Amino acid sequence: MSPTMKKIISEFLLKNALYIVMFVLLTIIVMVQPGFLQLQNFYFIITQSSSRIILALGIASIIVLGYTDLSLGRNVGMAAIVSSSLLQAANYSQRIFPDLPPFPIFFPILLVMILCSLFMVVQAFVVSKLKVAPFIASLGFQLIIYGLQSIYIDQLNDSSPIGGLDPKFSNFAQGAIEFSNFRIPFLIIYAFIASVLVWFIWNKTKLGRNMYAIGGNIEAATVSGVNVIFNIFTIYIIAGMMYGFGGALEGARTGSVTNMLGQGYELDAIAACVVGGVSMRGGVGTVPGVVAGVLLFQIINYGLVYIGVNPYVQFIVKGMIIVLAVAIDSQKYVKRR
Amino acid sequence: MNMYVLEMHNIKKEFPGVKALDNAQLMLRPGTVHALMGENGAGKSTLMKCLFGIYKKDEGEILLDGVPVEFENPRQALDHGVSMVHQELNQVLERSVLDNIWLGRFPVHGITIDRKRMLKETKAIFEQLQIRINPLQKIGNLSVSERQMIEIARAVSCNARIIVLDEPTSSLTESEVKHLFSIIRMLKEQHVAIIYISHKLEEIFEIADEVTIMRDGRWILTTPIAEITKERLISSMVGRDFSNQFPPKTNKCLDEVVLEVRNIEGAYSPAVQDVSFELHKGEILGVSGLVGSRRTEMVETIFGYRKLKKGEIRINGVPCKKHIPRESIARGIGLVTEERIATGIFPLMDVQFNTMIANLKSYARFGIIDYKRSTRETKWVIDTLSVKTPSQRKAIVNLSGGNQQKVILGRWLLTSPKVLLLDEPTRGIDVGAKYEIYQLMIDLAAKGNAIIFISSEMPELLGITDRILVMSNGRVAGIVNTSETNQEELLMLAAKYL
Repeated sequence: MSPTMKKIISEFLLKNALYIVMFVLLTIIVMVQPGFLQLQNFYFIITQSSSRIILALGIASIIVLGYTDLSLGRNVGMAAIVSSSLLQAANYSQRIFPDLPPFPIFFPILLVMILCSLFMVVQAFVVSKLKVAPFIASLGFQLIIYGLQSIYIDQLNDSSPIGGLDPKFSNFAQGAIEFSNFRIPFLIIYAFIASVLVWFIWNKTKLGRNMYAIGGNIEAATVSGVNVIFNIFTIYIIAGMMYGFGGALEGARTGSVTNMLGQGYELDAIAACVVGGVSMRGGVGTVPGVVAGVLLFQIINYGLVYIGVNPYVQFIVKGMIIVLAVAIDSQKYVKRR
Repeated sequence: MNMYVLEMHNIKKEFPGVKALDNAQLMLRPGTVHALMGENGAGKSTLMKCLFGIYKKDEGEILLDGVPVEFENPRQALDHGVSMVHQELNQVLERSVLDNIWLGRFPVHGITIDRKRMLKETKAIFEQLQIRINPLQKIGNLSVSERQMIEIARAVSCNARIIVLDEPTSSLTESEVKHLFSIIRMLKEQHVAIIYISHKLEEIFEIADEVTIMRDGRWILTTPIAEITKERLISSMVGRDFSNQFPPKTNKCLDEVVLEVRNIEGAYSPAVQDVSFELHKGEILGVSGLVGSRRTEMVETIFGYRKLKKGEIRINGVPCKKHIPRESIARGIGLVTEERIATGIFPLMDVQFNTMIANLKSYARFGIIDYKRSTRETKWVIDTLSVKTPSQRKAIVNLSGGNQQKVILGRWLLTSPKVLLLDEPTRGIDVGAKYEIYQLMIDLAAKGNAIIFISSEMPELLGITDRILVMSNGRVAGIVNTSETNQEELLMLAAKYL
């Protein structure tokens, strides 16, 4: 084999190693359980992925900026707790706010979106103005938010799960548009709208271009007249809104919200971004990539459960995929001399 | 016994498009101080990098005590007793003097580090060199001169027989220079050979025994210092012809003042001090000066990338209020920075992104970008500046340095600047691309733009500018008319405040 051929092949392998591994895993799953390839399963997977797509897109903007956010999961948890505590059915005996008049589900959802945005604004201030490493800053916020929501649920509901949700609220996450024998869950529609919206922001707006500029080379962005601080704040606010919306969705989807909801979601979201080709160094990433990352990850997840792999082994497989994804990404930046 | 401790013969080194070294040579006698001189870009640093294996030489031979050697890296050179004290000191500021001296070769005692031995040996060396510094102090708390002494002590502790000092006095006071020289003399007595790189003629005549002069990557002459005059030394450094290297000057410097800089001072070190000048419509103002003369800091302060402490900047007579890049761009200033990789390109983004980024304001309506216009204007940049790229969607990192530079120039042209600040725009790009950039600058000036052009290459300053401002140690040493000056005068001015 000629050296150039070798080079081309090794480059191809490196570039697609992740997909090759995913394909191999999928093949194993299908070989063990050929039934996996049913339309029904993919329908489940997409539905399950929907709120994850929204959350992953929120955090992806922050990662493209060159930052990171570990407070995603707790933001989601807080949004779920607050929104569901305000949206319990009027005839439910253990309402947290017994005298609350019924109002459109739209308000609490908007409220938690604003609430998450506020936390993200403060976080944006801490990372961009006070220059605290995003890893540490968001770790702090993770704890702060968890503390606050724990107090909230402990004082108001004795730490027991929040249930008895308003059917309209449940329907907001569990409902679907139905044609004769065809059903499109709302979840998928939300994820689709979120993807289109984020794609538009990333590609067609000044904000999106500035986001790539800041993540790609923050110094060059400053020299080019990009208002770095303003853009970081805006991206964080948008991410907060997506966390808030995703959190309300998760609350409505599960129907019984505990203090643990959202725990570890940030890791799944970051993993999906990385698998989808978003560089942890910032400046690189696409919306289709993130969506594909979430779906691929979910397929493997679901598939491993489907063929009955020991749940602890599933952790091992997921961990290896993440490390592999980052290792491949890093190869692009290794200095060659 | 060999007459020379180090011989470098016929060293050649080529970078894409540039012959950095062409038959360079250096012959070093033990126990002498050998000055290595030449203009910026003459190849002194490249020659040293070839010695230390930082660059791989293309051709030539290096003999150490008459034995051919080829070091793979500075570490290997150090093991053979060849050491270098860099202009920018590479030290771990958060660690102690002691740790820095022994870094990379800690003596061990079983599995633990033998601090007792480190301390004892360090103290002995400090005593020998008459350095009075507590070895347990954090190195970040020391002055630059003290840190330099420590680098030299480190070299001595490695039993170095050859020590290269790169511009060692560039940030030292007079008394610190005296101390340094006394240390150098002590080293000489111990038969250590010193390669002394400097621009400062007085120092060379005081401390050096021999001098080697380089120009354009070539060896020009080597002579005992006693046998050469200052004038001859300068003329051997600069003498070269420059016919047809530059396009004809068609711009005309008008009376109208576009940019007025009054007594500006930077807020943070390294800061410029008391810089004042006027820039006229249609003018190309060159900025000359040695490395460390803060030319870059000057334009960055004007542009608002560095913070202004005092002074005023006026554009068309109107004073600027907010000194930040965004505001400067809005008011018609553009800056092509010196460090293309660090502050210029967005490496992984495509050519179109790289041309449009400073000009998003004019493409966006309600925050949404008009890509049609951006595509059209990027095409204009590619055509006008003849950028060699397969398409607008190619990541800029795949383009050559010269083409990257053209894209960045294009980025700023699209902001329609009245004043363009160009910091070493021709560095590291090939001769042909250089000519095209000169032509572009002259054309822009002819259209009434004003340009500030920083360069370390005197011929190009003399070739295309109208006036030249010479910086020296953060101040303006003088502004001269290009037609009435020469390299000798520029060199003299550059040393004015040293």
